[in-house]
Amino acid sequence: MSVLTFTERGIFCPAGNFFIDPWAPVDRALITHGHSDHARPGHRRYLATAPAAPVIRHRLGGIALDTIGYGEPRRIGDAIVSFHPAGHVPGSAQIRVEVAGEVWVVSGDYKTEADGLSEPFEPVRAHAFVSECTFGLPVFSWAPQAQVLAGIDDWWTANAAERRFSLLGAYALGKAQRLLAGVDAGIGPILTHGAIEATCAVMRGQGIALPPTIPVTPETDLKAHAGALVLAPPSALGGAWARRFGAAAMGLASGWMALRGVRRRRGADRGFVLSDHADWAGLNEAIRETGAERVFVTHGYTSVFRRWLADQGYDAEIVRTAYEGETLDSAEDAP
Amino acid sequence: MKRFAALFTALDRTTRTNAKIAALAAYFTDAPQNDRLWTVALLSGRRPRRAVTTTRLREWAAERAGLPLWLFEECYPVVGDLAETIALVLPQASGTSTASLSDHMAEITALAQMDEPARKARILATWDSLDGTERFLFNKLITGGFRVGVSQTLMTRALARATGIAEADLSHRLMGDWTPATTTWAALIETPDPTAALSRPYPFYLAYQIEGDPQALGDPADWCAEYKWDGIRGQLIVRGGTHFLWSRGEELMTDRFPELAQARDFLPPGTVIDGEILGWADDRPLPFAALQKRITRKSLSKRLLAEAPVVLKAYDLLEEDCTDLRPRPLAERRARLEALFARLPDRAPLRLSPLLPFADWAALAETRAAARAAGAEGVMLKRAAAPYLAGRKKGDWWKWKLDPLTVDAVMIYAQAGHGRRATLYTDFTFAVWDGGDLVPFTKAYSGLTDAEFREITAWVRRNTLQRFGPVRQVKPEHVFEIAFEGIQKSPRHKSGIALRFPRMARWRRDKPPAEANTLDDLRTLLESHG
Repeated sequence: MSVLTFTERGIFCPAGNFFIDPWAPVDRALITHGHSDHARPGHRRYLATAPAAPVIRHRLGGIALDTIGYGEPRRIGDAIVSFHPAGHVPGSAQIRVEVAGEVWVVSGDYKTEADGLSEPFEPVRAHAFVSECTFGLPVFSWAPQAQVLAGIDDWWTANAAERRFSLLGAYALGKAQRLLAGVDAGIGPILTHGAIEATCAVMRGQGIALPPTIPVTPETDLKAHAGALVLAPPSALGGAWARRFGAAAMGLASGWMALRGVRRRRGADRGFVLSDHADWAGLNEAIRETGAERVFVTHGYTSVFRRWLADQGYDAEIVRTAYEGETLDSAEDAP
Repeated sequence: MKRFAALFTALDRTTRTNAKIAALAAYFTDAPQNDRLWTVALLSGRRPRRAVTTTRLREWAAERAGLPLWLFEECYPVVGDLAETIALVLPQASGTSTASLSDHMAEITALAQMDEPARKARILATWDSLDGTERFLFNKLITGGFRVGVSQTLMTRALARATGIAEADLSHRLMGDWTPATTTWAALIETPDPTAALSRPYPFYLAYQIEGDPQALGDPADWCAEYKWDGIRGQLIVRGGTHFLWSRGEELMTDRFPELAQARDFLPPGTVIDGEILGWADDRPLPFAALQKRITRKSLSKRLLAEAPVVLKAYDLLEEDCTDLRPRPLAERRARLEALFARLPDRAPLRLSPLLPFADWAALAETRAAARAAGAEGVMLKRAAAPYLAGRKKGDWWKWKLDPLTVDAVMIYAQAGHGRRATLYTDFTFAVWDGGDLVPFTKAYSGLTDAEFREITAWVRRNTLQRFGPVRQVKPEHVFEIAFEGIQKSPRHKSGIALRFPRMARWRRDKPPAEANTLDDLRTLLESHG
């Protein structure tokens, strides 16, 4: 029997009778990280890493959540599972499942560059690797993070000199904190949208160091903070919430900003190419380092990436899942 | 190229007109003159001929990037732009380049003379010396598809700011048949040569579509009305014993319409006429499709000239006896035009576009309603006291077109857009019923809001039945009202029908597919309006 099978409800381990990141209610769910397409409500029991747990609890409320440390083996039925850093967001994990000596690894979402905030990605040897491929095309090639952050600092500095706000769109979980930790907080004050501030509060609560932020409320005296950096989810940039900042400069931090057409359509002045997912080279390197012969691709440019992997000699298949990866046009993100 | 790339980046990063003008004006002040001249040429649509096929560029880029060609081809529709796709897949440059924009343009021009191995080596070397935006721009220039949201008007304004020369004067100097190879910055912009002015057209005055009713225009007695002809806007210049015919897009069309050479026999030198080129037979306009053949065919056969003879339907006189009449009121220009035409014999390929008398707006509305019978697509309203302005200006000229024809059709194929619409499905094929079958009859890609495009994109992804390369066949579930300006027989289309200016007028969420129109409905429209 296969170590993992792909079912209507999600990725299933028959030997351990559990699911990984299922999208329909199940008895036992192993969760790679807290993004809403991976950590869903309605399961009876949850298992996630200790650093991922606070955000998952914050988002899903009073669930039965057990935690596990990175690299700590645990037996579930006839399977041995362990969680390994995926470098995607703080607490994110790849999940290794071993049954009778055969090892499969589910990547969840991952990126290979260390971002200074998330536990850095660790390759895990496996016979079979279940991988995302959100940016699985050779047009996606990320510049080093330091270079992108320097570009953001320059942009913010120039706007601050004109006393203009710098509105920067970023995911509330992960990207926003990565930016907070990475930008030069000496340039000026940093304001946050409520969704981002809530996640920051959870992370500060678990001991993750972030620079001070000022949550934007109806009472906030914006004039006192002219020239501030304002972090908000991408969906908030086009709406009434953003209008209070007047003629602000508008930027977006996303891997999709690598494409000029996407950036222009979003109407942002500046696109900063910064993703929490692996680029083309990162995906290929990660897969190579697993030593796996079989690769299952879950979400992203699956049909192209599968064909590429097959050309490279892998036994590659597409798995249909409900994961979304990094998206700017999902229904929940639409303004 | 670094300076040009910086200009492009500055233009690309802002949608504010003032910021764009400031960036351009600074460039037109500081950049070397040859670069300025090339920039003016590129921004006014003067591009060098493409020196290498896009097929070769794709192959070379894939080879250089170490990718199979199929993978490169899969990337292209995602990025939506070939120049950008190439720039993105290539490995990082190993060197840098100090070549300027005009150096690169000279290089691109020289490519045409090289044999293919030399051409390939040259391009690969340049790719390896440029990064990011510079590489993207080089690819744009080499593929001849350079565009940056800067209109000619905006560029002219920036030039005026940089040089202190009046905008109208500059726009006149920039018209005509020049390239950076035939002129210099000093000759074109700073010291115009009077003999070069012989062929130079006046900037066209363009009308706005009237919104709602013409009542708001005030007293009908202040206005002149004519038919709005469905041809090609043209400016006929007769000066110094020769003639020129310009399109609105500033393209010299003299050789496309040899009939109009006769104008030299009938019009005195120093005459410039604004009018509409129309296919013309039996004293009425031919359908636009007849005229289209005259533009698209490479060579004009005798047969084609006989099938689709043209005339210039004249409606304005811009120059008479070498004098610029544009500041004079329309009423005076019109009187002079009529006097000039009274002297023309019938065999001249020139016709006066008649004034349509009307006592009140209601009477004009009736004339407009009958415009299709006259072979026109509506009426034009021009203020009798107005001078001839340059460009699209609100106030004195209005077009009052007929309401479009419409059919309800079912979407059956979808394709991703290009450029800024690259991640959305925006190009659709529509079908009507023929018995139990859906017969495709038109494509349309405009008319929906961004939110609607996003919604239909999400739907297309979930409802794809089959893929044919970049095209997805979707469930025949959504009905759209397709609006169009004309309908013609077309043996090249499966439906036997071709539409003019089709677009999506409305998403008919209220209509099930079964209630869409039929091929018979289209045939009926063809009989009444074709």
